[in-house]
Amino acid sequence: MKTSQAFFMAFSSLVSNKMRSFLTMLGMIIGVGAVIAMISLMDGMIGYTMDSFSDLGADTITVNLTGKGSKQLTDEQMYEFVETHSEAFSKLSPSASLTATVRKRSTSVKNETITGVSESYVDIQSLKLTDGRFLAYADMLSRSKVCVIGTYVCNELFDGEDPVGETIKIGADSYEVIGLLEEKGDSTKYSQDDVIYAPYTLVSRAAGSANPSGYTLKMTDPDNSTAAQQELEDYLYAFYRDKDCYMVTNMASLLDIMSNMIGVMEKILIGIAGISLLVAGIGIMNIMLVSVSERTREIGIRKSLGAKQKDIMKQFVIEAAVLSTIGGGIGIAIGGVATTTLGNVIGVSCAPSLKAIGIAFGVSAGIGILFGYMPAKRAARLNPIDALRSE
Amino acid sequence: MAEGRQNEQHPHLIELQDIYKIYQMGDTQVRANDGISFSIDRGEMVAIVGKSGSGKSTIMNIIGALDVPTDGKYYLNGIDVGSMTDNELAVIRNKQIGFIFQQYNLLPKMNLAKNVELPLLYAGVGDLERHERAIASLAKVGLGDVWKKYPNQLSGGQQQRVSIARALAGNPSLILADEPTGALDSRTSREVLDFLKELNEEGNTIVIITHDNSIAVEAKRVIQIHDGKVIFDGTAHEYKEKISAK
Repeated sequence: MKTSQAFFMAFSSLVSNKMRSFLTMLGMIIGVGAVIAMISLMDGMIGYTMDSFSDLGADTITVNLTGKGSKQLTDEQMYEFVETHSEAFSKLSPSASLTATVRKRSTSVKNETITGVSESYVDIQSLKLTDGRFLAYADMLSRSKVCVIGTYVCNELFDGEDPVGETIKIGADSYEVIGLLEEKGDSTKYSQDDVIYAPYTLVSRAAGSANPSGYTLKMTDPDNSTAAQQELEDYLYAFYRDKDCYMVTNMASLLDIMSNMIGVMEKILIGIAGISLLVAGIGIMNIMLVSVSERTREIGIRKSLGAKQKDIMKQFVIEAAVLSTIGGGIGIAIGGVATTTLGNVIGVSCAPSLKAIGIAFGVSAGIGILFGYMPAKRAARLNPIDALRSE
Repeated sequence: MAEGRQNEQHPHLIELQDIYKIYQMGDTQVRANDGISFSIDRGEMVAIVGKSGSGKSTIMNIIGALDVPTDGKYYLNGIDVGSMTDNELAVIRNKQIGFIFQQYNLLPKMNLAKNVELPLLYAGVGDLERHERAIASLAKVGLGDVWKKYPNQLSGGQQQRVSIARALAGNPSLILADEPTGALDSRTSREVLDFLKELNEEGNTIVIITHDNSIAVEAKRVIQIHDGKVIFDGTAHEYKEKISAK
């Protein structure tokens, strides 16, 4: 018997047992659908988390100087360090901060933090402006009283007006607003939009210090962050000879920990997914076994008419394979829809991952054939005389 | 394949030489066939008759290539069938033997044409030819027009005719009918028997297995099996005399 005929036979047998075929497939459909939805949603969540973290600067290292120690690290020395370690670090922005009340005519915002940064900061943190320009190198040299503000500050002080070119009061000094940042968070207090950036030269002077209170460095290769951090710490230790004088924070290593945790969760999920596929496979085996004993007489008839063992074998294995592939196919469709819908509900953009589809389909077809094989073998080996006698 | 070819050494269609079939049931040996020998020629119509437990079903299974003997030789069309493997037996059943069963044994989920096509399917006949031959075979039993129907839409007599059509489809050298009228009323039994006789007139070799003497005497020759042995082998006329003498 040709394989194409065996396929046709399997199809017609499945069609003539619609209810049983559907119930068998149901396990496969739910299993595959759930696997795809779970893995895809997980991928979406991981992507979302990673994105949020890299917005915070996954490729940056920050140095906070505690102010202890007798020696003072100057911005020139740090710039020199970055230049000599250009293989690890690409950009540097000194930082300083001060807290003051910010006013525009009668409206005021108390306890605003003004962050002093350099012109590189816009690149280091991938900041985007909706209006105006960011701080320039010239502003550092001249200690210009200019600032770039976030949307929260803008909303509080300008109430819809165009802030660029206007003047605001920070403490006792007047600053010109030269740029407005794009909204990053939700424009609330303490969010990423609650910021005022001014030249660090100006801010550290205003804060009463000759040198910046910290630095933000951009790494060339975030995957090599541990080595870069080590270099930086070595340099700082060589300078201060005291670990208490500085604090180095590396976003990338936090990210590493995150992704390790996510990896563990993913493995657990794949385990659960594997179990559900296994259960689906056992469902198929069960039905195939029932089908073999239910159809013992049919097998006997077929054998008496000249079906060889391999013909019977083919028929049952193909039936199982067709069942599980159709079930798997429907499962993929349902998993895809579930992923997009759930993704929308949660608010994370999720696409059904090809990896998940591949795994789920491969496993479902594989399990179908594997678990179809045993009952098929049993069917093929039936003695035609006994099979014919069965009722 | 030696189909249709006369073999020098084995001129008979069926040649059974000292067939034993012994089952081991725990400690006791059951000799279902205890040294059976006979031969059947082409074109014969033979009834193998015996009570239940006589061993007639066992000899039918061996003749039908459903089983192999424990000892002895079985030649079908000159081919040694007695020591074949499962798959070789399947080929013999497919090409040489057309079965007619008491319970018709049609597949309920297939229409009549598909049912009749089955032996051809396993013989590897292509789709179109298979269908044509099935229809022709159904036409021969008078059911050519209703090939789209399903077995459960037919009467018992009609179903048995479908199973005869299926037996004929592969153009076998032997038609083996196991209690072909066992499930039918007397009128349809008559029809089926007459039809089998007609097939025999056309040159088909027919072997009927039955426990019923009134059926057995419809054949030309009767072989009676008792306790695994042949106790009578003669014409239907002689058999009639034998049973009426009792």
